[in-house]
Amino acid sequence: MALSIKEIKELITSSIPDAIIEIKDLVGDNNHYSAKIISKIFNNKSKIEQHKLVYKSLQGKMGNELHALSITTEGK
Amino acid sequence: MEIKEKLKKIIDSNDVCLFMKGVPTAPQCGFSMTISKILKHLNINFEGINVLEDENIRQGIKEYSDWPTIPQLYVKGEFIGGCDIVKEMFEQGELKDLLEKKNLI
Repeated sequence: MALSIKEIKELITSSIPDAIIEIKDLVGDNNHYSAKIISKIFNNKSKIEQHKLVYKSLQGKMGNELHALSITTEGK
Repeated sequence: MEIKEKLKKIIDSNDVCLFMKGVPTAPQCGFSMTISKILKHLNINFEGINVLEDENIRQGIKEYSDWPTIPQLYVKGEFIGGCDIVKEMFEQGELKDLLEKKNLI
């Protein structure tokens, strides 16, 4: 089961409420996405920690229902 | 041997190891291919561990690194990240700096 852009956004927003999220469906197949996420919670954290926060917000879906989501994170 | 010990041994005995889908000469996933290409571009010798050959390693490394996706890059025992992070580091010259600092270039 693939996830829609809306579902991905909702999941991220539910655990990172201040997130500014921009998601692109890279090939139009509801399966390969890229997401740019900007939030204060990324400030002063390593890239690994930042991406882990995003993975955590996706509640185990990353690597399962969500096969390919390329992530870029930024503090604000 | 427990999977955790096995993974630690692989990571400790290779300066640069890439847990990937496929092998360095024939990656079977675009993200694995991206990191392979970057390492080759930097002339880095690395050990490619094909997770598709061993389901225990495939699941085990996700827990070991607390990271849900493959590929995963380790340098001198340290988890560097997955494709997005490695690509970003490469583009900003940080990956080269790190490898130089670890005397791998």
